[in-house]
Amino acid sequence: MNLRGLGAVLAVTVCLLSACSSGGGGGDATSSKATDYAIWDPYPQFDDSSDWVKLLTKCGTDAGVTVKRTGYDTTDLTNKALLAAQQGNSPDVLIVDNPVVSTLAEAGVLTTTEEMKVDTAAVSPNLLAAGQQGGKTYGIPIGANTLALYYNKKVLDAAKVDPSTIKDWASLTAALEKVKAAGKKGITFSAIGTEEGSFQFLPWFWGSGANLTQLDSPQGVAALTLWTDWLKKGYAPNSVLNNTQTTSWQEFAAGDFAFSENGTWQLANAKKTGFEYGIIPIPSQAGGTAPAPTGGEFVTAPVQSDTGKYATTQKLISCLTSADNALTTDTTLSYVAATDAVQQKQVAANPELTVWVAAVKAAKGRTSDDLGTKYPKISEPMWGAFQAALSGSKPPQQALTDAQGAAGK
Amino acid sequence: MTTHAETLVRTRGTTRVRRARGPWAAWAFLAPVIIYLVAFYAYPLYRNLDLSLRHYTVRSFVQGDAPFSGLDNYRAVFDDATFLPALLHTMVFTLVSIAFQFAIGLALAVFFTAHFKLSATLRALFLVPWLLPLIVSASTWSWMLNSDSGIVNYALSIVGVEQINWLTSPDWALTSVIIANIWIGIPFNLVILYSGLQTVPGEIYEAAALDGATGWQRFWRVTFPLLRPVSAITLLLGLVYTLKVFDLIWIMTKGGPTDASTTLATWSYRLSFGNLLPEFGPGAAVGNLLILMALFFGLFYIWRQRHD
Repeated sequence: MNLRGLGAVLAVTVCLLSACSSGGGGGDATSSKATDYAIWDPYPQFDDSSDWVKLLTKCGTDAGVTVKRTGYDTTDLTNKALLAAQQGNSPDVLIVDNPVVSTLAEAGVLTTTEEMKVDTAAVSPNLLAAGQQGGKTYGIPIGANTLALYYNKKVLDAAKVDPSTIKDWASLTAALEKVKAAGKKGITFSAIGTEEGSFQFLPWFWGSGANLTQLDSPQGVAALTLWTDWLKKGYAPNSVLNNTQTTSWQEFAAGDFAFSENGTWQLANAKKTGFEYGIIPIPSQAGGTAPAPTGGEFVTAPVQSDTGKYATTQKLISCLTSADNALTTDTTLSYVAATDAVQQKQVAANPELTVWVAAVKAAKGRTSDDLGTKYPKISEPMWGAFQAALSGSKPPQQALTDAQGAAGK
Repeated sequence: MTTHAETLVRTRGTTRVRRARGPWAAWAFLAPVIIYLVAFYAYPLYRNLDLSLRHYTVRSFVQGDAPFSGLDNYRAVFDDATFLPALLHTMVFTLVSIAFQFAIGLALAVFFTAHFKLSATLRALFLVPWLLPLIVSASTWSWMLNSDSGIVNYALSIVGVEQINWLTSPDWALTSVIIANIWIGIPFNLVILYSGLQTVPGEIYEAAALDGATGWQRFWRVTFPLLRPVSAITLLLGLVYTLKVFDLIWIMTKGGPTDASTTLATWSYRLSFGNLLPEFGPGAAVGNLLILMALFFGLFYIWRQRHD
């Protein structure tokens, strides 16, 4: 190609650009039938034969409509939901990860539970808080999960550690020291530089009494120093810096680690490891259960141009979150229910869940405390800080001071 | 009579139609390519430019009423503490990757021109990195380079080398992704350069041999100069591909630890999609900078072509 050829191409491109700039934008709302209701969820692992999809279909049939369900990868769903709202074809029901609710609410994508007449009275306030912003509630949790410490009984026995004596950071670190002395590995977690890492750091951060509005408080520094020291002393592997919660679980499942910080959703896998395990709550610095962040999704109703659909949408939502259905769903997803009544049923059916129910009661939403959309701007510098400290490029104090500077911008 | 009249009418009709159809037919033939170009190239480019010149929040993204903010996003990007390291990493990543990919690719291409038994099989084996889906090869590299249980550190420990934190140390993360990227890029260079070598006439080598040229001289005085056009396009394509490498780095290190392996491509993605609260404006601005860089090298290539 010569320069003149290129010039011609550029000229064509430019006129095309100017031509389409006037006609750009504006999506056409897909004209779906009034009896078709779209539901989007972040559970692509469930296909049409699963209990979850059967429940969706049944709720639709009961309300006299056809449900069109699409399962997306959870990281994809936020952008998909934003784009759909921009194009004016949001789904009727959107089930979305709890910290995203405030972002979508901020964007004006979601209706409030007041408009939708969804009853949230039975839901635990600490779980509902993640979906509240400026005094309004933008959805109802379908269930919750959170973090705790799984332990490998054999490894702890070999190191002569009694898990019931672990009540605070000092006793946990002492236990790790004994495990290492016995020739085994200490603890594995995920400190990856994404939201997943922040999720795993928060129990320690909050457990020190630190607050997200002040990352570099002495308490915050204490939490990061705890992690950094574990790495320095070899109680935790260096690979935590790159571990997702899944890879960190795989390390634990290999059988050499004493502890793994992981979530409710690994319960089913824990039974498959072939060794005896137990679960203790994550201790706070001074003793007692540390507040862990809540995971789990909210059922929300995006704004529609055809408000006539809301009545049926409301029926779908109350069907999905009714006590009986919530029990089925939360069992399928390995979640803890969002209401006291259903939690008690779960514990009655499976006493193993007692620790998890307690952990969920102590848990806290990441976007709670009216942080809302400020949380993402704090979380990113925070994961930058623990990555810097754990990789040795900055001491904890320095890392958190820099992070606070970035978050405060 | 009637048939004759009909023919007359038909003939006249077709000529008229043909005359009228002339420019329209031409446009009709052009339409598919123009529609294709507009829909898949011009419009996305325009949208990306538009995104980078507006102040987007999630609300204004959905409502479509983001105010025009001129070059604010670009200013924000240039002022960001991540910008200089990301630019530097992009340059190091691209130049080092290409240098090694090209050198190793060329060496292998020359090696394979000497036909020997199993050369076809071996050549096919070298194509494997190209055929594997990137997520597979990147994940495999990520496991191999794992600090505590990776096979690379295990092999090194046998010869007494201490644990190297390939992916998790700020000193090594960039090196690790470059090594993986070189491995992935070698087949591309090998294939193009190998086919380029087929076009060098054998007589020239014979003549060189008669003149008493050594193997080394034959390479530098014959092969290399005659391969220049092919080398140039290989390098240009390699440059454009490598500038925008994203998936490999994202899978292996997420650009971390603390930006140690962040390039402009991964930064652009992180801004737009890697956070709960997307920042489309600055993300698009970084993306446009990458396009500008690729365009610059493309124009440089064309300019060199004209001067040859």
